[in-house]
Amino acid sequence: MVDFRRESARMLAALTRILGLHNLALAEDVTQDVLCRAVELWRFRPLPEDPAAWLLRAARNRAIDLIRAERTRLRFAPDLALDSEWTLSPTVQAMFGENEIADDELRMMFSCCPPNLPPQAQLALVLKLLCGFGVHEVAAALLVSQAAVEKMIARGKRTLVRAGSLYEVAGREQIAKRLHSVQRALYLLFSEGYHGSHEPMRAELCREAMRLCQLLSQHPACATPRTFALLALMCFHAARLPGRAAEDGSLLLLEEQDRSRWDRQLIERGFELAERSAEGSELSEYHLEAGIAAEHCAARSVQETNWERIVRLYDLLFALRPSPVVALNRAIALGELRGPEQGLRALEELGDRERLAKYPFLPAAQGRLHLKAGRSAQAAECFNRALVLARNPSEARLFDARLREATSAA
Amino acid sequence: MANFLYVFRGDGMARLSPQEMQKQMDRWRTWIEQLTKSGNFKAGEPLERTGKVVRGSKKLVTDGPYAESKDLVGGYLLVSAANLDEAVELSRGCPVFETDGSVEVRPIAQM
Repeated sequence: MVDFRRESARMLAALTRILGLHNLALAEDVTQDVLCRAVELWRFRPLPEDPAAWLLRAARNRAIDLIRAERTRLRFAPDLALDSEWTLSPTVQAMFGENEIADDELRMMFSCCPPNLPPQAQLALVLKLLCGFGVHEVAAALLVSQAAVEKMIARGKRTLVRAGSLYEVAGREQIAKRLHSVQRALYLLFSEGYHGSHEPMRAELCREAMRLCQLLSQHPACATPRTFALLALMCFHAARLPGRAAEDGSLLLLEEQDRSRWDRQLIERGFELAERSAEGSELSEYHLEAGIAAEHCAARSVQETNWERIVRLYDLLFALRPSPVVALNRAIALGELRGPEQGLRALEELGDRERLAKYPFLPAAQGRLHLKAGRSAQAAECFNRALVLARNPSEARLFDARLREATSAA
Repeated sequence: MANFLYVFRGDGMARLSPQEMQKQMDRWRTWIEQLTKSGNFKAGEPLERTGKVVRGSKKLVTDGPYAESKDLVGGYLLVSAANLDEAVELSRGCPVFETDGSVEVRPIAQM
């Protein structure tokens, strides 16, 4: 199976390297057009044996044609031998090798995260340029308006292009700060796949984030404890993806999940990576979140989960990176540890509530705690609110099932 | 049964995201598969975007087609259907409408 998102990102990285960062818009046009042409053909015909290779070949040929036709008028990557007819084709071919594309993706990843760009704009660029997202998909991922994303991306691209050439990762001393923003962007990409608000559990987004993070972990300059912690975290979460939905696609609660469906291999890999992440003294938010996820993966059931440790990890996480969603999850864990009344009180005390006003899992969490406390009428009211806020059919099914449970208990 | 030509014009695929393009492709493939299973599909091919137009008594050859992208013919399908009404009905399943394209349904002339 071919993945257009992934292939568009790969084509764009290679084309940007060849045509030059200042021709980013042109590289995007070529990428888009190659995909368009593929659809024009493949809607009527059997797909070629290796569609991804077909796309790369088409992009490569377009690059060669374009350079040949425009080289007196336009300037391309100055460090590549594109001027001579003797070297043009072999040079471009070489740039489309698997390793070259991987390096270009890494360069693009770092280029998308310059320190003078706000994190959200960096993330928008990563999603647009490295993950093949459309503008409205970026908007949905970041929970901001399409117009805002358009502005963010346009401004981001101008900043990106001003850098002159793609960020050279190899042989740099000062990459730590840039690496942090890259990690953050990958983390958010993974979360979008995991909690995707309009199309739940888009496992391919998680895989994409893991792929980019894997790419990071393989580069000597980027293989830091934080990178390993981030990758460990992704493994622990991805391992639980297979158990998160019922056969009809509806989301399952943690206590309803069949833990034998969790991917043991990925969990094992998560623990290996967590061990590597412990080399050194740094305790990042990724270490903490990986720690929480590891507790869930290690436990045989909800009852046998070490909630005390999880609450403690959430406390540390909130101190490091306060957010209403972290506070919400802490309150849920506290409810497991100390009972529903304590959990509800913690939910009552959540700060920054307006940012959670449309977040269906807040009323859902309240509903579950009320139900546990035996107040089914109040629980039903909460689930009803969650149902109204549901962002996709599987969330709706989840809350609807809870609502019916609460109503029948009343 | 009679035969009908579907002529597909213009779609705004250039504005779609890669994932939407892939979905659009899948929808087309599913639609044609359905027409094949139901026995309506006879033939179909995509067209190149370029070509030549030969015109007039002087048989002047020009680059073409000139159509704007929304009018450009992207491909055709030959289907069999009981009558024009059924052919039109079948064409409604075509994903081209989702990208603002059109289908021209033309009966193949009877003897």
